[in-house]
Amino acid sequence: MKSSSPTTRRRWLTVLGQAVVGLVAVKAARPVKAAVQNALATAPAPKSYDPFAHSWRMCIDVEKCIGCGLCVEACKKENHVIPKAAYFRTWIERYIIKRGEPGSEDPRGETIVDSPNGGHDGFPPSTIPREEVLKSFFVPKLCNQCENSPCDQACPVGATFRTPDGAVIIDKTYCIGCGFCIQACPYGCRYLDPNTHMADKCTLCYHRLSRGLKTACVEVCPTGARILGDMKDSRPDNPIRQFVEKNKVQVIKPHLGTEPRVLYAGLDKEVR
Amino acid sequence: MMLASLTTLAVLKDSIGEAMEHVQGYIYPNELNLIWSVVIVLYPYLTGLVAGAFIMASLVKVFHVKSLEPIYRLSLLTALAFLLIAPLPLLVHLGHPLRCYEVMMTPHITSPMAIFGFVYAWYLMAVLLLELWCDYRHDFVVWSQQSHGLKRLIYRALTLGVTDISEPALALDKKMCQIITVIGIPSAFLLHGYVGFIFGSVKANPWWGTVLMPIIFIFSAIVSGIALVMFLYIMFCSFRNKPVDMACLNTIGRFLFYALVVDAAVESLDWIHRLYVAEEHLDVLVLLASGKLFYSLILLQAFLGTVVPLVLLGLLEIRKNRPVPPVRREIFLWCSQLVMLGVLAMRWNVVIGGQLFSKSLRGFTTYKVELIGQEGLFMSIILFVAPFVILGIFTKLFLPRSEAEEASTAPVTST
Repeated sequence: MKSSSPTTRRRWLTVLGQAVVGLVAVKAARPVKAAVQNALATAPAPKSYDPFAHSWRMCIDVEKCIGCGLCVEACKKENHVIPKAAYFRTWIERYIIKRGEPGSEDPRGETIVDSPNGGHDGFPPSTIPREEVLKSFFVPKLCNQCENSPCDQACPVGATFRTPDGAVIIDKTYCIGCGFCIQACPYGCRYLDPNTHMADKCTLCYHRLSRGLKTACVEVCPTGARILGDMKDSRPDNPIRQFVEKNKVQVIKPHLGTEPRVLYAGLDKEVR
Repeated sequence: MMLASLTTLAVLKDSIGEAMEHVQGYIYPNELNLIWSVVIVLYPYLTGLVAGAFIMASLVKVFHVKSLEPIYRLSLLTALAFLLIAPLPLLVHLGHPLRCYEVMMTPHITSPMAIFGFVYAWYLMAVLLLELWCDYRHDFVVWSQQSHGLKRLIYRALTLGVTDISEPALALDKKMCQIITVIGIPSAFLLHGYVGFIFGSVKANPWWGTVLMPIIFIFSAIVSGIALVMFLYIMFCSFRNKPVDMACLNTIGRFLFYALVVDAAVESLDWIHRLYVAEEHLDVLVLLASGKLFYSLILLQAFLGTVVPLVLLGLLEIRKNRPVPPVRREIFLWCSQLVMLGVLAMRWNVVIGGQLFSKSLRGFTTYKVELIGQEGLFMSIILFVAPFVILGIFTKLFLPRSEAEEASTAPVTST
C-alpha cells in the first residue's frame, strides 16, 4: 500500500492537470465556437446589420387602438405562434370601467377586463348595459423588452439575452426549458412552447427589424396605434421622437424598476 | 378548404371554452397553464429534508448533544439518501433535460438557479460524502475484513484504499469529521436558503417575492428534517425490534418544538407584514388563501401541520414524566407525520399557490394534477418513495444489527 502511494499521487496530479487543461480549453473554445456560429448564421439578423447603430422603442397610443385584433393575427402568422388560446406574443386587453354605484362617493365603479382568444378575433359586444359604462378602451400588450429585464436576469444558462439595439431574445440552442424566465416576467409575456419545450416570447420581430422592415404588428395596425422607431435615428421626422415629445408616456408596472422599452400614452391607472 | 377552416375554428372555440372553464376573473392569456407542477413542489421539500436531517446530525458533532448520539448516523444517511434524489424532480421537469449540464458549463451568474449545480455539488461532495467517509472509514476497514462476498467488495471499495486504522489516523478522522460538520452547518443553510431565494427573488410574483422567503425556507427545512429523523428513528427501532431510546426521542421532540415555534413565528410575521402594509396585491392574496388554498394552507399547513403539533409537543415538554414512554412515543410518531405533512403542504402552497393567481392581480387559474406523465402524480410518488428505498439499502449496509456489532466490531467506538 505504502510503496504504491507515490505513483498514485503522481497519477492523481496528472489527472487533475488534464482536468484543468480541459476546463481552460473549453473556456477558449467557446469564443471560437461563437465566432464560427456568427460567421455561419443566417437568421435572425443579416450579417450587414449593425445592432450597435440602432436603439429600438415601441410606443402605443391607447386612444387609437380599436381592438380589431389584426396585430395579434399578424404576429401569430409571422412568427408561427401556436394557433391556440394560451400562447401569445402579443394580445389585446379590453377594459370596461363601470360608473360608481348611485349614491356612492366613488366616481368609478368596478373594472372588468377581458381578452377573448387574446383579441385575435376582435371583441364581441359587451354584455354590460351601455348606461353603466363610464369608459372603455383597448390596451395592446407585448413583451416590454425591458432594459433591466427580470427574465434575462433569471435565465440560468444565459439563453435569454439583451441585444445591443434593445430587444430581449431567446437563443433556442441553449434554452433548457426550466420556466424560470416565465415566472420572472411580471407582464405574462412568456409561455412554454409545448412543441419545442422551450420558452418563447416576442422578439420585436428581430428578423424583420434587422432587414429594415417594421414589426408585423406595426405593419398591419390600421389606426397607427403602434409606433416603432429607432432612437439613434436623428432625423427630425423620426416618429418615435415626435411621439415621445408630444405625449406624456408611461410604462406598465413602473414600481418594479424593469425600465420597459415599450412606452404607452393614455394609460389608465387600472392597467397592469 | 372551407371544412378545414371550420374544423380549426371549432377546435379553437373548444379550446377557448375549455380554458375559460377553469379561469375566474381575468388572467393574462399566457398564464392559463401552470409552468411548475407537483414535481417542483417535491424539489424544495426533498432539499429541505436533507438540510434539516444534516442539522440534526450537527447537533451531535458540533453542539455535543450527547443524548442524540443514537441518531447521528441515521441522520447523515437520511440526508444522503434524500440528497441523491433531490435533483431528479428538477431534471424530469426540464423541457430539455439533456441540456442540463449547461447550467454548470455556461452558468448565467445573475440567475439564482444557475448556482444550483455548484451548491449541490459542494454539499454532496465536500460535506456529506466526506463527513460520512471520515466517520465510517474505520468501520469500513473492519467490516471489509470480517464480511464475505459482495459486501466485502463494497466495504473495501468504500475505504478508497486508505486502510490505516492506527490511533493517529483515527484521531485525524475524528477531527476531520468535526471540521466538516462546522463547515456543513452554513452549507446546509446555503443549500436551502438558496432554494428559498429562487422564489424570494421573483419580484414579479408578490406571493413569492419577499425577503423572508429564504428564512422561512430554512426554518421549515429544519422543522421537516427533524420530524423526518424522529419518524425514521421510531420506525427503525420498531423494524429492528429494539426499544426506542426515550432520552434521545425526548431531545428530538424538544428541538422539534423549538424549531416549530421559530418557524411559526417567522411565517406569522410574513402574514402580519403583508396584512399591515396592505399593498395592491393584498386582496388577491387574501382571496387565494381563503379560497383556492383554504384546505392546504389553513387546514393542512397552519392547523394540522403547525398548531396541533405545537400544542402536543408543548404539553410533552411541560410534563416531562407523563404520559408514560409508550404513549409519548405514539404522540411523537403522530406529531412527526403531521409536521412533515404540514411542510409538504407549505411547499405546495408556495409553488402551486404562487401560480394560481394572475400577475394582473385580477383573477385565478386552476391546477389539475395529471396522474401519469413526466410531471404527474405517479412520478412524484416514485420520486418521494425512492429516498426511503435508498435509505433501506443504506441501513442494511451501514447500520448493522446490534448483535453483530457487539460480537464482531467491539473495538469500534460509538460515534
